[in-house]
Order: sequence, then structure tokens, then C-alpha cells
Amino acid sequence: MLRFLLTAALLAWSCLPVRAGDTLTVLTYESFTADWGPGPAIERAFEAECGCDLKWVAVGDGVAILNRLKLEGDAPTADLALGLDNNLIAEARASGLFARHGQSLKGLKLPVAWTDDTFLPFDYAHFAVVYDREKLADPPRSLQALVDGGGAGKIVIEDPRTSTPGLGLLIWIKAVYGDKADEAWTKLRRRVLTVTPGWSEAYALFTKGEAPMVLSYTTSPAYHLIAEKSDRYAALDFPEGHPLQIEVAAKLAKAKSPALADKFLAFMLSPGFQDQIPTQNWMLPAATTSQPLPPEFEQLVTPAKTLDLAPGDVAANRRAWTDEWLKAMSR
Amino acid sequence: MRQRRRLIGAVALVLLIGLLGAPLLALLTAGLDGREVAAGAYLWDVTRFTLLQAGLSAALSVGLAVPVALALAHRPDLPGRRLLLRLFAMPMALPALVGVTGIVGIYGQAGLLSELAGWFELTRFPSIYGLAGIVLAHVFYNLPLATLLLLARLEATPVETWRIAVALGLGARDILRFIDLPAIREVLPRILSLVFMLAVASFTIVLTLGGGPGATTLEVAIYQALRFDFDPGLAARLAILQVAVSLLVAFAAGRSAVPMLVEAGTGKGRGRPQAGSRWRDGAIIGLAAVFVLGPLAAVVAGGLSRSLPSLLVDPLVMRALATSLVIGIAAACLGLIAAYALALAAAAGPARFYDVVSLVTLVVPSVVIAAGWYLLAHRLGVAGWATAPLVVLLNVLMAIPYAASVLIPAVRALAERQDRLAVSLGLTGWRRFRLIDGPLLKRQMALAFGLAGLVSLGDLGIIAIFGGDGLVTLPLLLYQRLGSYRTGDADALALVLMALTLALAWMLPRSVAGDPTP
Repeated sequence: MLRFLLTAALLAWSCLPVRAGDTLTVLTYESFTADWGPGPAIERAFEAECGCDLKWVAVGDGVAILNRLKLEGDAPTADLALGLDNNLIAEARASGLFARHGQSLKGLKLPVAWTDDTFLPFDYAHFAVVYDREKLADPPRSLQALVDGGGAGKIVIEDPRTSTPGLGLLIWIKAVYGDKADEAWTKLRRRVLTVTPGWSEAYALFTKGEAPMVLSYTTSPAYHLIAEKSDRYAALDFPEGHPLQIEVAAKLAKAKSPALADKFLAFMLSPGFQDQIPTQNWMLPAATTSQPLPPEFEQLVTPAKTLDLAPGDVAANRRAWTDEWLKAMSR
Repeated sequence: MRQRRRLIGAVALVLLIGLLGAPLLALLTAGLDGREVAAGAYLWDVTRFTLLQAGLSAALSVGLAVPVALALAHRPDLPGRRLLLRLFAMPMALPALVGVTGIVGIYGQAGLLSELAGWFELTRFPSIYGLAGIVLAHVFYNLPLATLLLLARLEATPVETWRIAVALGLGARDILRFIDLPAIREVLPRILSLVFMLAVASFTIVLTLGGGPGATTLEVAIYQALRFDFDPGLAARLAILQVAVSLLVAFAAGRSAVPMLVEAGTGKGRGRPQAGSRWRDGAIIGLAAVFVLGPLAAVVAGGLSRSLPSLLVDPLVMRALATSLVIGIAAACLGLIAAYALALAAAAGPARFYDVVSLVTLVVPSVVIAAGWYLLAHRLGVAGWATAPLVVLLNVLMAIPYAASVLIPAVRALAERQDRLAVSLGLTGWRRFRLIDGPLLKRQMALAFGLAGLVSLGDLGIIAIFGGDGLVTLPLLLYQRLGSYRTGDADALALVLMALTLALAWMLPRSVAGDPTP
């Protein structure tokens, strides 16, 4: 009898799809896992595929993800980080906390070539100036017009010392103006209503009507078109080109479930994951989706030229560029 | 008795310093230093601007609060006074960004005043972005707080003093000169220090309304060091610099403190003879009300959106509401006990020392403390279960300055009045508290509790570091919605938060809220 019970228990044990150890913990940012974000649907799809338990841990943003991992050091609570971006890669690599992804990069659909063996993209968008059509009849049509255009039409920008979009604009001006970047900042300064600590504050001021322009993403108008049925806000296409934000994921070197992390990275480039990106994360998918994008996405600006700076350059020069910005903007 | 009080104070002090010092030490010794060092000239500029804006903010907030508190003290029967004072408690719990949107809704480029100016075809309303906007927002946040604290002191003047004043036939001018102004001067340095330190530690307001990096405070540099540069050691060193600078100023302000001339502590806001101009008081109160309620009304108007009804039944919102309430009430209870311990020690020992120490937590950035404790908890392997208790404990730290601002002067005044009586009756310890101090301090305790609860309700710094594992408060939820285009939801959540604040403000003592009870 005892033997029978033991055998039955063992059989039952081996049949259980989920064992206690089979949990994948993913550290990401809050708007990803929110009710309205892509997290819940992705969790369901991945759990059905892997027969495991996916657990999200969410912090403020990409920078907060990296910082929490650095604080945790050798004993991370997560197996995978999802939501770093291209401008954080150099620093993330230098931390030595991440392992190679081992995935094929063939399925990637990015405006730039991608060869990184550690950080795997899952979505992207170009930085862009978004403007309010009701407030601005004649917006600047180029970065030069924005910089030179004088006082009419103010813009809210983000601080490069505290936010990734702020860093994006820093890179943008540097890529277009090079050595003359400080002059460009001195001119642009007249147009700047204020500099906010992060994207949220800038976008809140913009939608409250404080300024007719804000530094955001090419995909921002999609939210207003689809969720609010409003075409009031549109992004501006600048012929000088736009810098890119590419969001990436990476496996932790000290992951407790490395095999599941690999499985998730492969799943990340499949339609089960990518389908959720456009209308849940309001970014462009980095790989094929099962359906074409919603028609509203055709109204979005697709920059003809992408400004691509090597992550190493950005990391090496960030401090110098920020100082230059500080000087020009405080004068 | 003094020795026992000193012992209680020493225990509270050690706990306070431990809770603040341990995370700073952890960050300093974590070996996580970045490669870069902040430039000296930059730091100097930043420190200068920090002191400038904080000094202006403190002087204006408190300077303007004095006539408002006096006018309110003169008019205990003013209709709507109780409601007004409760509304005055609301800015305390409003996350900075919500306050900023309220300010901008009135004074901004697309604000009410700008629109009115356009209506009358006047010239454009001047831009507030810059030092003006920063100071304006700080006055909006701190004038009501300073008013509440000043009024609590003005109403503590005992009935006996008023009887003597009436017997001597003192007029309005004499009452001001011999009773009210000495009372104000007694608490003024402390309230100035409190507001000064709050302004020193201001971050979102400074950056968002500052107009550009010319307006950068030390707190911004600390945040930058902790976030983008990820140099916890530098962040800790800058935090220590900020503490040192603020302490210098607070001690300097404390030196100007005037020894108490008027008995205080047990009055109930009753017995004041009618004096002064009814119209002038009414006008002052009216102006202050418009100034504080304007931005609050803008937030309310923004929050009455279509998403409000659906948010009110959203389980996520309900859960965040409950989490906020639990953290707020727990932090307020413990903060009250800690502040009372410090107040007992201050009554027995070097009062100014405890005065200043109880304010220190205001200028140790909560993000730095939280990051340090996160590091410690993780290294000690207790991160799992320690998260929620740590969040509460760190909120207690933040609440202490507010509760202590009410309790330190009250307990000191009480000690002077009651010590001899207690000794002659042989009452000590818990029995003394239950029979003498407790009943007499009921109102101050309630005010301290309310302020402590309100400030934890609005916390974002601590929860931003520790949150993520399902621990979501209302301000954090608000920020999350804002971070994913849902501005309408965020506005509605601000309204929910305000309603919660008002509910808590309703628990403030009745007599401070203008309803003298017998």
C-alpha cells in the first residue's frame, strides 16, 4: 500500500507541468507590466508555451532597472532584464552582470543593423518632436528651423542628467551639429519653455497646453489616434534624421533559471510577444507580428534617415556633452 | 525625571541616526563608485542656487503665513474656517508633480490668469518658469503648513493669559506686541528651518518650473549621481553636504530664537478678547484662501474626467488606496511615538539640538536612504520580507520632522507648567502621561498624527525604490499612469488622492480646525 502511494505520488509529481523551481523572474519597467501594458498578455502566452511561471518585477524605467541590478550585484532576484535601451548598453555591458543571449538575429526588423551578442532588441521608436496641431499652425519642419526659429512656439524638453529622452536630444544635437552643438543649444534655449526631470512631466505639461511642442517619440501620436480617436498631436519629420531608441532585454549572468531565460528571449521575437507591442507599449515591433500594424500607424512619421551613434561613443562622451549642454543652457 | 527623559531621547536619537546613517555608510562603502567626480565649480553653483531658492521660499512662505495665522487666530468663529484649515492640510500630501499641474493650471502659459489676460486683451501674463515659478510653488506648498503650525502655537496661549489681558484692558496693538508676537517669535525659527529644509530637498518642482539647468539644486545633483551616473558613494557624499549646509543654516536660525516670554501649551484657542479689524482679517484670510485653493481647484477640475467613475471601481486603485492608507497610518503612529520621545528629550536637554536633529530627515534625500536600505536588505538576504516594514519605517523617518514641529514646543511648555505639580504628586512615567500630559496634549498629538500621516501619504521617493513587487501606493499608481500616456487617469487619481487627504485632514484636531471644544 505504501509503495503504491509512493509510486502514485511520484507519478503525479512527474506529470505536474509546473514544478516549484520553474519560475522565470523578469525585471522590467512599470508601464510594461501595468494592466493596460503588454505584460499581462505576454505572461499568459509565455506561460502557456513554457509550462512555467512568469513573474514580473517592475521598477520606474530602464535606468532604474540597471541600477537595481547593480545594487543587487552578485545575487540578482531576477533572471532577465527587459527594458534597457541602446544608450544604456555600454554601461550595462561594463557592469559584467549580463550573459550572451545566443539567439539568431535574422528575424530582427530594425532600421539599423544589429550585431550585439548580449542585448536583444524587442521594440524601437525614433525620438521626435511632437506638436499640438491646434496651437501651432506652422511648426518647424527641420531641426535647423527648430533651433534657429526664434521665440514663436515653445518646446518642453527633458533633462539629459536625469532621463533617457533628454539624453536622446543631447545625442541628436551632437550628431547633427558636432562641434557647433553648444551654439545650437544657445539658440534652441530661447525656444525651451522648461526642462523637466523626465518624460512624464514633459508630456503632462504638453498635454495641459503649456507648450505646443515636446520631445517624445514618433509613435506617441499613435496612442492619441487609437486610444483617444484624436489627431490633435503629430510628430515632426526632420530631414537631418532622428536618433533611435531601441529597447533591449538581456539574460543575467547569475540567473537562477537560465534555460527559461533563453526560452523567453526566443519567445520575445515571436508574434506571441511582438503582437502586444504596437498598441500596448506604443512602440514599433522589433520582429514580425502575426497581423499587420493597425492602419493608424500608417499616419505616423517614418524618418527617412536614422542617426546612429555607437553606444560606446555615447557612454564615453556623455559627461562632456552634458557639461557642454549645462554651460550653453545656463548662460 | 530629566534623566529618564534624556534616556528616552537618547534611544530615539540613536534609532534616528542609525536609520539615517546605516544606509549612507552602506552606499559609501559599497565599492560601487563611478568613474567620474562632480566638478567643484558646478557643485558651488548648485549649492548657491539651492540656498538662494530655499531662503527665498522659506522667507516668503513663513512671512506671509504670519498675518494669515494671526487673522485666523483673531476670528475663531469665521464661517467655513474649519473647512478652510482642513483644505490647508491638503497640499502636504500632493505629489510635487500634481502640485505643479495645479500651479500651472492657474499661473501657466495656458493657465486661468493667462486666459483672463487674453479675455481682456491685456498683455500676456508673464512666464512663471524660473526662480519665480519655483518660489511660487514652494509658497503654495508651505504657506498653508506654516499657517497651521503658527496657528497651533497662537491657539496654545492659555485662557489665564487672556483673562489677565482683559483685566489689564490690553488693546489690539498691545495684544499683538505682548502676547502674539512673542508666541510667534518662539516658534518662528523652527518653522523657518522646516520650510527652508523642505525647499532645499525639493526636486521635481525645481526642475519642472525652473525653466532650465540654471535652476539646479543639490537634490538634482544627488538624484543624477544616484540614477544616471550610478555613483552611490557620490550620492551619499552629496547628501552629507546637503545635510551639513542645511544644519548650518538651521543652527544659525535657531540662534535667533527668543526665550519664551509667554506661557503656552494648554490653551484651546479660547478666551481671546475680540480685537482688530474684522475686514482686514477677512481680506487676509480671503487672499490666502484664493491663493491656496486656486491650484487645488485646478487639480479637481482636471480630475473630473470621464475616467473617474471607472477608476473608482478599479481593483488596482482600491488596492493602492488601501496600501497608501495602511502605510500612512502605520507611519503616523510610529512617527508620533518617535517625535514624542524626541520632544521629551528636548524638554529636558539642549532644546535647540533636538529641534534641529528632528528636522534632519527632511534634507537626507529619501531616494538615497531608500537605496542604501535596499542595498543593506539585499546584502543581508532579508529583501523579501523586509520590504514592507522598511517602507513603513522610512516613512516614519520622513514624518518625524512634521510631528516634532508640533510636539517639541508643546511638550516643552507643558513640562514647565506641570513638572512641579507632577513631582509633588509623585506621578511619573506612564501614569503621568495618562493623567496629566496625555489629556493636555490631545490636540497637539492629533495634529502631529495628521501631519505625519499626510506626508507619508504623498511619498514617492521611498516607494519608487522599494516598490515593484506588488507594493503600489496611490502616488506611485498615479505616476505609472502618467508614464504611459494616461494623463486623464493620472488627473483623476490626483482627485482620489485629494479626497483621501481630506478624509485624513478631517481627523485633525477639532479645535485646531476652528471648533473649540469645552
